[in-house]
Amino acid sequence: MPADSDTARARTHGGALLASELRVLFRRWRTWAMLAALASIPVLMAVVVRLSSEPPGPGEGPPFLDQVTNNGMFVAITALVLTTPLFLPLTVAVVSGDTIAGEASLGTLRYLLVAPAGRVRLLLVKYLSTVAFCLAASGTVLLTGWVIGAVLFGTGEATLLSGDTIGVGDAVVRSLLVGAHVTICMLGLAAVGLFISTLTDAGVGAMAAVAVLTIVAQVLGQLDQLAWLHPWLFTHHWLAFADLLREPVVWTSFTENALLQAGYVAFFGALAHGRFGTKDVLS
Amino acid sequence: MSETATAADEADPHAADLAIATTGLTKRFGHQIAVNAIDLAVPRGSVFGFLGPNGSGKTTTIRVLLGLAAATSGNARLLGNDVPTELAEALPRVGALIEGPAFYPFLSGADNLRRLDSADARADPATRDARVARALDRVGLTHAARKRARAYSLGMKQRLGIAAALLTPRDLLVLDEPTNGLDPQGTREVRSLIRAVAAEGTTVFVSSHLLAEVEQICTHAAVMHVGSLVAQGSLDDLRGTGARVVRVETPDGDRTVAEFARLGLDAAQAGPALRPRAGEVVVEAPLPDDGPAAEDLVAALVAAGVRVRGFDVARPSLEDRFVALTGEGFDVAR
Ligand SMILES: Nc1ncnc2c1ncn2[C@@H]1O[C@H](COP(=O)(O)OP(=O)(O)O)[C@@H](O)[C@H]1O
Ligand SMILES: [Mg+2]
Repeated sequence: MPADSDTARARTHGGALLASELRVLFRRWRTWAMLAALASIPVLMAVVVRLSSEPPGPGEGPPFLDQVTNNGMFVAITALVLTTPLFLPLTVAVVSGDTIAGEASLGTLRYLLVAPAGRVRLLLVKYLSTVAFCLAASGTVLLTGWVIGAVLFGTGEATLLSGDTIGVGDAVVRSLLVGAHVTICMLGLAAVGLFISTLTDAGVGAMAAVAVLTIVAQVLGQLDQLAWLHPWLFTHHWLAFADLLREPVVWTSFTENALLQAGYVAFFGALAHGRFGTKDVLS
Repeated sequence: MSETATAADEADPHAADLAIATTGLTKRFGHQIAVNAIDLAVPRGSVFGFLGPNGSGKTTTIRVLLGLAAATSGNARLLGNDVPTELAEALPRVGALIEGPAFYPFLSGADNLRRLDSADARADPATRDARVARALDRVGLTHAARKRARAYSLGMKQRLGIAAALLTPRDLLVLDEPTNGLDPQGTREVRSLIRAVAAEGTTVFVSSHLLAEVEQICTHAAVMHVGSLVAQGSLDDLRGTGARVVRVETPDGDRTVAEFARLGLDAAQAGPALRPRAGEVVVEAPLPDDGPAAEDLVAALVAAGVRVRGFDVARPSLEDRFVALTGEGFDVAR
């Protein structure tokens, strides 16, 4: 039966759609505009600190800002801290909200489906490309932070929260850890965005909804009356990277966050599948 | 797969010969019935015109057939595969243009085709560029391959959409209003493209609200009217089911009607809109196949003193048939 050999061939080229999706994502002007905006954060921050007459004192401004002048590597960490609550999730909202709804509003969704891309495969590819964007986004902040930090402040020793002093190599590793944490923080949001994107044919609407949700979750996280809810909010561990800057590293919040995000990915991934698997595509 | 095919053969001996077969296919949007229990039978190798005024349910039927929308009830088979359970088997062999083309405006025409080609897991990436180049060449867009799709004219987009439907050799081509937005020259090009594709053995299912645009290329047709299928068959069948009509142009309308009545024909004067010249009317009467011969009718009219200025016996045109079936004309002028 030719169907068997067809299936075998289908397996061989199943990854072509992901490659195409990544090409489309990174060929968009919008994607590069967002990455450029993210890159401007560490640059702006480093330049402002460099130009100010007196160095920031301990505990002043964003966390670790006082360390920036000692070790340029901390520019990357501080910039990640600055972008995590709003800027980074905003860009993830744009990309994840656009996944299905954007294709629907362009009308290309119907052509992908009759190609046939397969609904599950398309959903998976869309999620993976959003993950790739999350990586690219935090990677951009890290990389520009390292470069501008090294240029403006050099690579001296820095003091950790535990009082220990670390050198350049260790600072790079620590900032990579923070970058990994921040990326993982975005994975749950990306899954929520994917689900919302299956609910509408208006890409912009889905993006806005995801962005609003990010802010609502953080506001709820500020209300002590809702303390019982806090551990379940996908934003709960977003700023919990202090433990990664101790000696030795305390992994509790890192792993708790990873588990929570995995739960969000599983739950909203299943919802997205349930919705998109049976949805009438009428756009 | 072979078991289901056998089961279908038993249910309907012709199922294997049909590219599209539906039974009682129905699609509701809330309370509105968009497609109402249609039984479509599209023979393999045919060029099948799927006709009907705007809003009659053509696009909705196509969406259900291609698995974009779920049927409310009824069954459908596409190239012998059940819709939607076995659709993944059929779709790689189906090219489609559904309710107008759609593209990524920021990608070039060629990149848009590459994107759709890579969505089909069976398409070999090694030969992708060759497929894309060939498809662009077929629709005459090679010169615009590197142009961004947002810079394409409506007609170019329509042709790019057809190129996407022709990326791989297809057993079935589904074209929903492929001539929409095209100028007469573009319309002719699409028609000759359809002829060429059909000549290779591909079944073509082409929808249109403009009868005149597809009449010349179709071997078969079906007519939709507010969600229901009101007629289908070969073009000859569709024309043949209409009785012949005798038409007389004369200043002596009443006398003609009386003479026809004497000969057993149920004649009537056509409305003033059809009056050929001042002082003349048109009298029409259905002419049964066993009715009087045309020459005898003329002789009888002349003998009765009718001044016959025009005389004609003809089968109604497809256009007339469709007006009769759907109660409204197709916008031929558009
Ligand atoms: N997404 C939708 N929601 C509700 N009604 C729809 C939708 N799409 C089509 N319809 C209705 O279904 C009927 C058939 O539409 P359609 O299949 O597009 O007709 P055609 O393609 O023949 O012009 C129309 O009455 C239309 O209003
Ligand atoms: Mg339509």
